Amino acid sequence: MSLLKVDNLGKAFRSYRSEWLRFARWLGLPTKPSEEHWVLRHINFAIEAGEAIGIIGQNGAGKSTLLKMITGTLQPTEGQVQINGRIAAILELGMGFNPELTGRQNVFHAAGLMGFNPQQIQDAMADIEAFAEIGEYFDQPVRAYSSGMQMRVAFAVATAYRPEILIVDEALSVGDSYFQHKSFSRIREFQEQGTTLLIVSHDRNAIQSLCDRAILLENGAVIKDGNPEEVFDFYNAIIAEKENATVEVKKLDNGKVQTSSGTGEARIEEIALYNSKGEVADFIAVGEQLELKIKVKIYQDIETLVLGYGIKDRLGQVMYGTNTWHTNQVINNPKAGNSYHFKIAFAANFGVGSYSVVLALHAQDTHLESNYDWRDLSLIFNVVNLEKVQFSGCSWLPSEISVK
Amino acid sequence: MFNMLRSLWQYRHFVLSSIRNELISRFASSKLGGLWMIINPLAQVAIYALILSNVLSAKLPGIDNKYAYAIYLMAGLLAWNLFSEIVSRCLNLFVEQGNLMKKMSFPRIALPTIVTGSCILNNILLFIAMLGIFALLGHQFSATMLWLIPLTLVVLILSLGLGLILGIMNVFVRDIGQGFPIILQVWFWFTPIVYPESIIPESYRGLLMLNPMYPITSAYHKVLVYNQSPDLIHIASIFGVALALMLVSLFLFRQASAEMVDVL
Repeated sequence: MSLLKVDNLGKAFRSYRSEWLRFARWLGLPTKPSEEHWVLRHINFAIEAGEAIGIIGQNGAGKSTLLKMITGTLQPTEGQVQINGRIAAILELGMGFNPELTGRQNVFHAAGLMGFNPQQIQDAMADIEAFAEIGEYFDQPVRAYSSGMQMRVAFAVATAYRPEILIVDEALSVGDSYFQHKSFSRIREFQEQGTTLLIVSHDRNAIQSLCDRAILLENGAVIKDGNPEEVFDFYNAIIAEKENATVEVKKLDNGKVQTSSGTGEARIEEIALYNSKGEVADFIAVGEQLELKIKVKIYQDIETLVLGYGIKDRLGQVMYGTNTWHTNQVINNPKAGNSYHFKIAFAANFGVGSYSVVLALHAQDTHLESNYDWRDLSLIFNVVNLEKVQFSGCSWLPSEISVK
Repeated sequence: MFNMLRSLWQYRHFVLSSIRNELISRFASSKLGGLWMIINPLAQVAIYALILSNVLSAKLPGIDNKYAYAIYLMAGLLAWNLFSEIVSRCLNLFVEQGNLMKKMSFPRIALPTIVTGSCILNNILLFIAMLGIFALLGHQFSATMLWLIPLTLVVLILSLGLGLILGIMNVFVRDIGQGFPIILQVWFWFTPIVYPESIIPESYRGLLMLNPMYPITSAYHKVLVYNQSPDLIHIASIFGVALALMLVSLFLFRQASAEMVDVL
């Protein structure tokens, strides 16, 4: 028997021409809603004990409606949810905290709301207090708390008892990094003890490191259910399509998407980033071998052509950059109509995060003179840590630590 | 129905701690704390007594205590306060707790139960304070006052039934939450609380029987002012009405609880 089984689940929000018709319907009169808006429909999946599932989808895809039906706050319009075990949700941390009561009293109240009796709450209280680590504030009114402290207490209560199913919303990314780490390790601990995780996030890194399965929701339907990497690629493809910006920036010569600054004697026509398997990719593992392929077309005869590239982090700091002047690969006297294909191979020795590629075509060692074409943010890619040790910072500098 | 009660039983500790928390937070950082719960209605009594006693005291028949009017007022207000507090809190209950209902899964029936519990507690404290004042005015406690226990129960069922029906409808039609307090005001003045029923002209007095609060306040008056047993037939009939309202409200509650969260 599955731990959680969602069977042909659907949710419709109904509106009536008059609310009195709604009341009449409760009393058994056959009135019809004037409008039915289906948020989710025909959702089927089953989850076994110990799985970790990421639920992804764009805003409005129906993620929260699905979670609310699983936790039981919303009633399904059709189909059903079968649950064999206790569900805990870290959805709205600190819900129902009363600012006038102390942390301890609020913990008592919140755990009561989760359905525990005073004895069980008393037994867990010491653990909760220890986990929250807010010292003597625990016995002071919550109105004196910082939002971080409130978060800590709320998380400590929500996870005081190991549930069979734990629902984690993006709320998890709140709080200081020390506590974030602590809460993540508690979630992992639960997972090891057999708790099934249901995680909603846009954070590919979090999902790939915690989940072994992902479910993609789009317009109220499950459109993909499989391993997280595959599902996320699919998800990104949908997003890219919607934003009208494909991973490969192509055919700028129509003049419409002219983002270049520069005089235009030579232009960058195509740019694409390939991973070690030779696939176009925007998600890259730390240390992965990459190839940046750039096609340049010459529109006027010029004396020299230099291609420069740089990689910037999300704050715009250059991580690395060089050009073909420094590498002694200057192209002399390119003729109009010629095309050149550049291939830049490098290893993604970056820290986890989002990076952009900046490209430039110019004549000399800098672009200050004869700048033919200049593209900021010509391509964006993300680095995720899949198999390396946990590290912080923006560079991957592998090291070996020996202890004597 | 049985399931509802069982889940409520499982959440009994939560209900109790909520009632306690409500008290704590209402009076947190106020010097007089819980005393305010009693001061407010008593101030109301004092105001009415001051303004209206000269006009009305002569018309209160069958009692020779010169503070009779104050006692009469307090008896009526004891009943009315319980009624109006439960009804008006239930009226906005689901709208106010909407956020909680959307985010947490718990038996919804716990919410009106908490309201009921805290209102009863208020009422008991008010009654104790009134007993003290009665003693000061030379009106002693008597065994007849035990009638208040079943009477309170009747008020409770009546107000809870009405309050729940209105509270559920208010989720969908918010005008009810705005409009009903006005009706409640009018209703107060159409119930003999600050005036004796004897000042109503004979020909209109029959209309009082349409007011479900009338048999209740008049029973409170009989018990507290005149030291007599209430009119059992009236009480039984109003108990029947209250029970019917209560059943309707629970039926509505079951039908509506799924849709309530949708529109909150």
